[in-house]
Amino acid sequence: MAIRLTTAVDGAIRAHGRETFPHECCGAMLGKDGVVTEAFKLPNTTEEGPRRRFLVRPDDYRVAEKRAREAGLELLGFYHSHPDHPARPSQYDLDHAWPFFSYVIVSVMAGEDKLLTSWRLKDDRSAFDEETVTNGD
Amino acid sequence: MATKILIPTPLRPFTDKLDAVEIDGSNIGELLSNLTTKYGGLKQHLYSADGKLRSFVNIYVNDDDIRYLQKDKTPLKAGDTVSIIPSVAGGAPAITEALPELSGDEIKRYSRHLIMPEVGVEGQRKLKAAKVLCIGAGGLGSPAAMYLAAAGVGTLGIVDFDVVDFSNLQRQIIHGTPDVGRAKLASAKDRLNALNPNVHIETYEAALSSENALRLFAPYDVILDGTDNFPTRYLVNDACVLTGKPNAYGSIFRFEGQASVFATKEGPCYRCLYPEPPPPGLVPSCAEGGVFGVLPGIIGVIQATETIKLILGAGEPLIGRFLIYDALRMRFRELKLRKDADCPVCGTHPTVTKLIDYEQFCGVAPHQVAAAAAAPTSTDALTSKELKAELDRGDAVVIVDVREPQEYQINRLPGSILIPLGDLPKRYVELDPNANIVTQCKSGMRSAKAQDFLRSKGFTRVRNLTGGVLGWIDQVDPSQPKY
Repeated sequence: MAIRLTTAVDGAIRAHGRETFPHECCGAMLGKDGVVTEAFKLPNTTEEGPRRRFLVRPDDYRVAEKRAREAGLELLGFYHSHPDHPARPSQYDLDHAWPFFSYVIVSVMAGEDKLLTSWRLKDDRSAFDEETVTNGD
Repeated sequence: MATKILIPTPLRPFTDKLDAVEIDGSNIGELLSNLTTKYGGLKQHLYSADGKLRSFVNIYVNDDDIRYLQKDKTPLKAGDTVSIIPSVAGGAPAITEALPELSGDEIKRYSRHLIMPEVGVEGQRKLKAAKVLCIGAGGLGSPAAMYLAAAGVGTLGIVDFDVVDFSNLQRQIIHGTPDVGRAKLASAKDRLNALNPNVHIETYEAALSSENALRLFAPYDVILDGTDNFPTRYLVNDACVLTGKPNAYGSIFRFEGQASVFATKEGPCYRCLYPEPPPPGLVPSCAEGGVFGVLPGIIGVIQATETIKLILGAGEPLIGRFLIYDALRMRFRELKLRKDADCPVCGTHPTVTKLIDYEQFCGVAPHQVAAAAAAPTSTDALTSKELKAELDRGDAVVIVDVREPQEYQINRLPGSILIPLGDLPKRYVELDPNANIVTQCKSGMRSAKAQDFLRSKGFTRVRNLTGGVLGWIDQVDPSQPKY
């Protein structure tokens, strides 16, 4: 499995992570055929403290699907940042993951964006598989 | 009766790629049961192992969430559309997950914590997982670090670059008499390891600065401010706001202490209270003004208490409250603090978005102390040796000691006149403006201010004694005690 981010999308996700640091950012990834062409910022509405959590509410999820439909794109997944934590999915990520989606995580250490990784839920929900991320237009 | 169900993108692989399916059912429970029977792959994504709908699966009938209707008993009528709508959640590893286990020894050690519901095994594991950074291993850092280590905070970082001095021992109880002359970090680490070998101690031999603060703070959960000067205090505050880490704040002077918790998401920060620092020199340091030795014990332990409460999520934290303690009158007062929407660092439109030059911000010339110690020109200053030579020659020199009377009782230069710096504006008239005056204090800082003041009043021959009375004792009269 692999996912490709356009240069603009890669830059936008990283910038969003720096912008919300020390809190987590989140957003939807829209595109086609495994290529993300748009990073769509979403509000982080968690009440558990945005330093460690993100939550996209159903209404915002609907907005993201609508946006994809209108643009003739697919909703390929979601991205979020891990402030001061490595770009690896947590147990919490796993417990809350949806199948099929790509989950992109960008690690933001002391305000600087670092490693960006992408993950997909295994069919039996037991773990994530890391997928290759490529950049380029 | 068939009801239309809208399928979200991630579940379409399980419904033959259909974005909508028609399923029979008179209520939601029946409908979803029939859905997952027909499309078996959906079940594990919609339901957890115990058969409940997963928390991030939202079922809507038309525009209403079934949580606010009759849940799975919600009836369906002709023409209803049911939507399965994901909440997308996730996040970095949280405190509640992957908490470290307690060893048998730790269970014994922390047993008085474990039997209290506010801590318990989970709370103790939170403490073990927690990382606290103490800025300074001095008066406040000593008791705070010792109680945090004893309480089982898993990782304690300490930032300090000082060496243990005899004058520290009256209050900095982490250090002992045999430690005088050792690095404070080495001494503190030994003491904490002896107290609780389960605690991991990280030491950083550095002065906290705008260059290193964000990097040093990054791995920690709570920052404990045990600093003794305004530039570092503003630096700690701003770095806490910028990194989103709470600041367990304390400060001490003479018999009075202050404590609060700053820079939490919802609460105020130090700048909401004091947007600007006081003019340099207005507020004396503990080295100049003294400090009651027990005071940092009280305040540092309050900081440790608040730190532990933040980690546990227990009780009412000292957020938005400013505690003032007066040891002489034995009274605690509490001021209410509000988060200032116009705060330059934590307000809605912050103007401080990265760390600045805090010495400049506080009006302290960088390396002022070093400059004062450097050899100044002969019209501005003189050393104790030079002063001794002039006195031996019989020159008419008026030595003005600008310290406090208590300090004057400990040691003094022969023939000096005592006029405390604060009294100088009303007492300078006692001095002859044409006399050959030498101003003097403990180490040369206050007397430099006195020199400036006298010159502003038209005194022509005022020199400052470099190194103050301490220099005099070192260079001329070792028989007198130092403080």
